[in-house]
Amino acid sequence: MAPDATLHTLACTDLACRRGNRLLFTGVNLEVRSGRAVWLRGRNGRGKTSLLRLAAGLAVPESGRVSWGGVDVRRASVYAAVRVYIGHANALKEDLTVLESLQFLARLHGRAHDRASLRAALERVGMESRRDAPVRTLSQGQRRRATLARLALERQPALWILDEPYDALDVDGIDVVNRLLHEHLARGGSVLLTSHLPPGAGAPDMAEFDLDRFAP
Amino acid sequence: MNTLRWSTFAAPSRFYALVSAVNPWLWGLAIVLALAALYIGFFVAPVDATQGNSYRIIFIHVPAAWLSMVLYLAMAFWAAMGWMLNARMASMLARAIAPTGALFTFLALWTGSFWGKPTWGTWWVWDARLTSELILLFLYLGYIALVSSIDDVVRGDKAGAVLALVGAVNVPIIYFSVVWWNTLHQGATISATAAPKMAQTMLLAMLLMTLSFWAYAFAVVFTRAQALAVERERHTDWARSLAGKELQ
Amino acid sequence: MSAAFTAVYTRDLRLALRRRVEALLPVVFFIVAVSLFPVGVGPEPQTLRVIASGVVWVCALLASMLSVANLYAVDLLDGSLEQMLLSGHPPTLIASAKAAAHWTITGAPLVLAAPLIGLLLDMSPAALATLVAALLLGTPILSLLGGVGAALTLGLRSAGVLLILLILPLTIPALIFGSGAVGAVDSGISASGHFSLLGALLIFTALIAPLSTAMALRIALE
Repeated sequence: MAPDATLHTLACTDLACRRGNRLLFTGVNLEVRSGRAVWLRGRNGRGKTSLLRLAAGLAVPESGRVSWGGVDVRRASVYAAVRVYIGHANALKEDLTVLESLQFLARLHGRAHDRASLRAALERVGMESRRDAPVRTLSQGQRRRATLARLALERQPALWILDEPYDALDVDGIDVVNRLLHEHLARGGSVLLTSHLPPGAGAPDMAEFDLDRFAP
Repeated sequence: MNTLRWSTFAAPSRFYALVSAVNPWLWGLAIVLALAALYIGFFVAPVDATQGNSYRIIFIHVPAAWLSMVLYLAMAFWAAMGWMLNARMASMLARAIAPTGALFTFLALWTGSFWGKPTWGTWWVWDARLTSELILLFLYLGYIALVSSIDDVVRGDKAGAVLALVGAVNVPIIYFSVVWWNTLHQGATISATAAPKMAQTMLLAMLLMTLSFWAYAFAVVFTRAQALAVERERHTDWARSLAGKELQ
Repeated sequence: MSAAFTAVYTRDLRLALRRRVEALLPVVFFIVAVSLFPVGVGPEPQTLRVIASGVVWVCALLASMLSVANLYAVDLLDGSLEQMLLSGHPPTLIASAKAAAHWTITGAPLVLAAPLIGLLLDMSPAALATLVAALLLGTPILSLLGGVGAALTLGLRSAGVLLILLILPLTIPALIFGSGAVGAVDSGISASGHFSLLGALLIFTALIAPLSTAMALRIALE
């Protein structure tokens, strides 16, 4: 592979993951290159979320390694800036408003956090009108949208690691996500996501990765 | 069959074999040395001028106190090794040391109490050493409580390592502060070093008792570590064949 | 980098302001707990004066430990903690920010409540002033150590009680120097030795605790 190509590639090599005393999967080899999207599928309990967490660098693999640009993700200092991880949990604080929650996350991750940018991002996900509502008053779908507004703040190509991004969203919401994904991939970003339902017609082309194959 | 890579449990199985070979000797040594120490301490050493016969407890109290402190450091050391080198057996060793360390701490407190009673008339005295031993007991209990509360053994091992290290770093500070506190309040002192002239025989008894405790500690910690190894590796071939042999 | 510290710190403060009553519960506990002592021990002023600094310190310890148990628990549940650890900022910085926020929300109010308590326990003005100064140095130590305990016991069932068992022994030096300072002033000697030691302890804890907390957080999330 040309040296340039590895620079913006997530590479999982011979990855194994343990939960308690069981091995969830072994020998996983997965690559996510710039401009590509990968749909991680598998039955419940196969370790999809665990794999995403390993890819993000939150967890330590039982064996194998995860690297970004050739460097182990747990050690790569550049990784934090080019990685966006949105897990099952929304990371929104119940007592803060939508705008405040988003602002905190944007500040934390070094993204634009001025009011104008945040409002524009919320507008894209259809949550601008509820920007001053406390998160605890929102429905599940609305909270998901508010979290996904983070993606609308992104400008540079990055690796998006998304755990069930379509969860709880209505048809409009799914549309919004797909549009964000299309734009992201067009500017050279990459995506690794899970979804228990197959991505619909509006979603960008995604390579399928079936985790069921790697159960021990 | 969910077996892990062979190399990750080669160490525990070798450890198991090593301990099985060595332990009988350790037990034997512990018993012999203990008997010798008890004989010398109770029958051979002379009566103390100031404290009469009650001071004889010193040669159980002091070795127990020494061991309680050394074992804590050993526990912190092995926990740290297990964490940093990803060595499972080291982490198991740390877990195995904790109950024995706690036991010796309790023994030191108990014998200290026995010593205090005839000397000061009370069953407990808040002197610097006894208070430090009490705090050490709390540190041991804290470690045991933490690692038992965490279901995931790997997380338990690592969290225990952090706790043990934080404790180890704090032990000198705690001891210093307790000594400071004690001198300010001019409490009673049970000090081994204050005993005017330690009879040679007493020192010998204390030394023998210390060695005996050491041997005992090794033996019992190793046995516990063996049990931990078999339990954690119960999915592996060597552990199963072990169980198979026992059932025959 | 300090942007992350400020972001986390101000967020925690803002959250506490939205739940003012809950944020002040530790102080209420503190006052109630201290008030139990005259009832239990007897209201003679001489007795109260003798036990005052010890009682205040122990109750401050307990109030601090009780409130710190949730320092990371809610963040863990809603996913904020993951985001903080993924932000690329040193986890030590995050831990420092959380401990600083805890002190501002719980520790500082305890220090402010101390004079009231001192009156309840009939402390002399000099003793009271010493107590407040000592608590000012001591309560940050409690917040820092509490952070370590909260991170170690993150997500566990009996995290609250376990945390107290783990951390209280480590707070004993602060208790000895802090309470001893008041005792010294009461006996007419200078408390400067106590304060120096307390200050040194604070610096030492500030160096060790956030690092230990950070390690414990990573372990808890693995």
